[in-house]
Amino acid sequence: MNNVYLDNAATTKVIPEVITEMNKIMDTYYANPSSLHRLGLKAENRLKKARKTICDILKVDPKELIFAGSGTVANNIAIQGAVNHLKKFGNRIITSSTEHKSVLKIFEYLKTQGFEIIYIPVNNKGIVNLDEIKKVINKNTILVSIMAVNNETGSINPINKIAKVINEYDHIYFHVDGVQALGKIPINLQVNKIDLYTISAHKIHGPKGIAALYIKNSVIIDKILQGSNQEQGYYPGTENMPGIIGFSEAVNHLPSLKQINKIYELKNYLAEKIKKEIPDVIINTPLNKRSAPHILNVSFSDIKGEILIHSLESANIYISTGSACSSKKNKISHVIKALNLPTNYQQGSVRFSFSQHNTRKEIKYTFKNLKEKVKNLRKIIGGKK
Amino acid sequence: MNKLYLIRYGEIALKGENRSLFENKLLSNIKKSLENTDKNLITYKTPGRIFLKTSTDQSVVIDRLLKIAGIVSFSPVLKLSLNYNEMKKETLKIVKNTLEERENISFRITARRSNKKYKYDSMELQYKLGEYVIENVDQNKIEVDLHQPELNINVEIRKHNSYIYSKVHQGIGGLPVGVTGNVGLMLSGGIDSPVAGYMGIKRGAKIIPVYFHSFPFTGDKTKQKVIELANVLANYQNNIDLYVVNFTDILQEINKKCPNKLMTIIMRRLMLKITELIIEKKNGKAIITGESIGQVASQTLDAIRVTNPIPKLPILRPLLGLNKVQIINMAKKIGTYDISIQPYEDCCSIFVPYSPETHPKMEQIKKGEETLDVDDLIKKAVNTAELINIEAY
Repeated sequence: MNNVYLDNAATTKVIPEVITEMNKIMDTYYANPSSLHRLGLKAENRLKKARKTICDILKVDPKELIFAGSGTVANNIAIQGAVNHLKKFGNRIITSSTEHKSVLKIFEYLKTQGFEIIYIPVNNKGIVNLDEIKKVINKNTILVSIMAVNNETGSINPINKIAKVINEYDHIYFHVDGVQALGKIPINLQVNKIDLYTISAHKIHGPKGIAALYIKNSVIIDKILQGSNQEQGYYPGTENMPGIIGFSEAVNHLPSLKQINKIYELKNYLAEKIKKEIPDVIINTPLNKRSAPHILNVSFSDIKGEILIHSLESANIYISTGSACSSKKNKISHVIKALNLPTNYQQGSVRFSFSQHNTRKEIKYTFKNLKEKVKNLRKIIGGKK
Repeated sequence: MNKLYLIRYGEIALKGENRSLFENKLLSNIKKSLENTDKNLITYKTPGRIFLKTSTDQSVVIDRLLKIAGIVSFSPVLKLSLNYNEMKKETLKIVKNTLEERENISFRITARRSNKKYKYDSMELQYKLGEYVIENVDQNKIEVDLHQPELNINVEIRKHNSYIYSKVHQGIGGLPVGVTGNVGLMLSGGIDSPVAGYMGIKRGAKIIPVYFHSFPFTGDKTKQKVIELANVLANYQNNIDLYVVNFTDILQEINKKCPNKLMTIIMRRLMLKITELIIEKKNGKAIITGESIGQVASQTLDAIRVTNPIPKLPILRPLLGLNKVQIINMAKKIGTYDISIQPYEDCCSIFVPYSPETHPKMEQIKKGEETLDVDDLIKKAVNTAELINIEAY
């Protein structure tokens, strides 16, 4: 079997159409979009077109979207820029305990700057507790940042309902990290009160090194970077043209509704097989469309996830433990910890993440190997006390 | 432009008849270490000294000489004629250059003379050069300090030439790599074993590391980490032959047949056996390990007692008396620490027994190994070990 790539939540393979467009830009429209001459103008027009393509998908105005170097950078521009602008109105900022590290780290930093941080807990399916938000939100609150889809469990947070709660206050911005949601679940930025929304190209078969931030027209945030006027001054520096063009081409190839349903089917198939045929497992991802189509997180008792990854790797199957950057001392990710699993399940969490390019045959092959490896590994290291 | 370096060696001068063998080894190690930066570099020896002449950037030369065992110290040096006027001009230049970097300075001149026919003796030369400097530099910026000078300008008068230098870099000392022979090193991904390897290199041994890979229990990133560690060590001995043993089958056999609490000790016994079989073929004379008495369960005296008799070759434990903090400091100094602490599993940490035996008895081990059927597996592990040749720099 060729490589079976089931690590699409970590990053995706760039599709040929994107590579072609990027090559074209580097080869033909290589001028600086800020240059006054004809070649510069051509590049600028390509940039405009690319921005419009992405904005059309999001149903927002091109003035409301800026490009940035990565999801992490976009989150920094949004969160730091928002609190700097709003700090005169209060100092309470709210996020969830299972956000991506790029958000949690910013909040940790802001704590050292005197902000009061509130972490909203999640239930055992990784979904943010809405009542808890209602409880802690107050007039002193200036920012709420909640991810749309959790990158480890795929759980979908009740973004619309949270937006309604926030809407009752005057000086609160709502930032949503939508990196795992883009192209996977419908998010309506116009209807909902979402002020800031982060998306990234490399999760949708586009290139690495390019992301974007939606900043609602009526929303003003401070600029945390200094430089020229590119990207309205929020992300100054010569535009990453190949990246931007690659991003827009990837957006042109987002999975169709039919393909989304296919991804759900692949996931449900694998989840059902695991539940039925492998004993002592916990499916951490909420099924039945309460999660994004592409992520399935499973805990196997008495197994180390890392070893299971390497075992499947020997059959050319590539998966992940929840987060790619766990440290030795703290092997269990903060997301898995938040799920309150029984002790002997905590280390055995792995994440399968799919794309529209996976096939049923690949998943069957994956399950066959998974079943066998889990059985063997449990025989070798499991349950030995 | 070519620059000259004066290289001093201490210990190897003591080695009687072997002296020239040792000197030649050091000469060739210096050459090998820098050859890829300058094809035309020249090394030569004069009684008690080695000289290196090269156009390579001085910072690169210093960095590499600092990693060559056998060098006690070295100095970038100016080679001049025996003409006194030339000497005094260069001496003054060194002082003036130093004064460009700092406000004021205390200095002295240290003269030595192996050429007793030279017109001034050492004392006279020191006095004359010192006087010349004082007369030609702003008095407020300079003072003489014979005991703890900030700048010590050394002048050496030899038969045909004089040499002037002011900076002395301390080397790692020890013996040139290769003079004591080949030695196996049990290299894991941890902090200790690379340091143990460095200690061996410092005593003139050529290290042959053996690493036990247990895919899928350890991933390829752990193997990559070990390769990077070997790479750092290679810089101290020009190149390294790293053996990667596939240990998975043996590990599973031990896990299946042996009592869990003896797991680590029996594993170590088999690793020693395999290491010996591999390095014997390379004319290895001993095995180095990173053990330090009592540091972990498998390094108690009782544990060492039951692992020690496995190889016929002596096991050398250069970290024996060091504390963890001392080992960590050495690892930082030689440049392996940051690699060692990367967070990838090594197989030891996965197969750690729940409650390891800290006072194993030989009979207990023998009984624990009774049903173990590993002879063929050991042979296979030795024969299929992957050899990775790593060049320095």
